[in-house]
Amino acid sequence: MANTQAMCTSFKVEILGGVHAIGTPPTRGSTAKDTFKAALFEDTATLGAGTTAYSVSGEVSGAGYSAGGITVSNATAPTSTGTTAYWTPSASLTYSNVTLTTPFDAVLIYNSSQGDKAVAVYTFGSQTVTSGTFILTMPTNDASTGLLRIA
Amino acid sequence: MATITTTRGEMDEADLTKREGAVETDHEFTKWVEYWFENELVHRSVHVHLKQTPTLFPELEKING
Repeated sequence: MANTQAMCTSFKVEILGGVHAIGTPPTRGSTAKDTFKAALFEDTATLGAGTTAYSVSGEVSGAGYSAGGITVSNATAPTSTGTTAYWTPSASLTYSNVTLTTPFDAVLIYNSSQGDKAVAVYTFGSQTVTSGTFILTMPTNDASTGLLRIA
Repeated sequence: MATITTTRGEMDEADLTKREGAVETDHEFTKWVEYWFENELVHRSVHVHLKQTPTLFPELEKING
C-alpha cells in the first residue's frame, strides 16, 4: 500500500463551505450562510480573473433593474463527486420586467455578506432586453458542469 | 387573448409581430423572443442556459496528480 499525494476532496468541499480560514478570517455577524448576489455587466466592461469585488462601474442600468443585481438562491449545499467539489445556485437567475438597452454579456457572482467580494464571472452572448425578462439558467449541478467547481 | 408587456404597456399579442431565435454553443443555449409593433421593438426577453463554465482552481489538479 502506497500513499498518494492529493488535495483532500473533503477540504475542497469545506473551502466552499467556509470551514477553513488559512488566512485571517472575516468577522461574521452570524453563523448563517453568506448571501450571494448576481449583477449584470455591459459588454464593454472588463471583468475577469482580476476582479476582486462588485463595483457599479460597467454594470447595466435600466428600468426594473436595481444596482447590485439580485440575490442568488442557495438551497443546495456544496458537495463532491470523485475528487471534484462543486456548488450551483438552486434556481435560475431571473431579472423580471426590465429594460436593458445597452448590450451586456456577463454576470458577476459576489458575496454581499463579505464586503461584496467577487466570486466568479460568467459570460454569454451579448444581449439586450426590452420590457421583458432575462433568465440565466444554471448548468447541471455536478462535477462536470456545476457553476463553482474545484477540481 | 394573450397580452404582452411592452414599452407601450400591455398589448394584445395578436396586434404584434413575433420574432424568435435561438443559438447553441458549447458554452450556452440561448433563446429570445421579440415583439414588434409598426416596425418598433416593444418587447424582448432572453433565456440563457449555461452549459459549461470554467473550473475554479484547475491548478489543484496538478497536486492531485
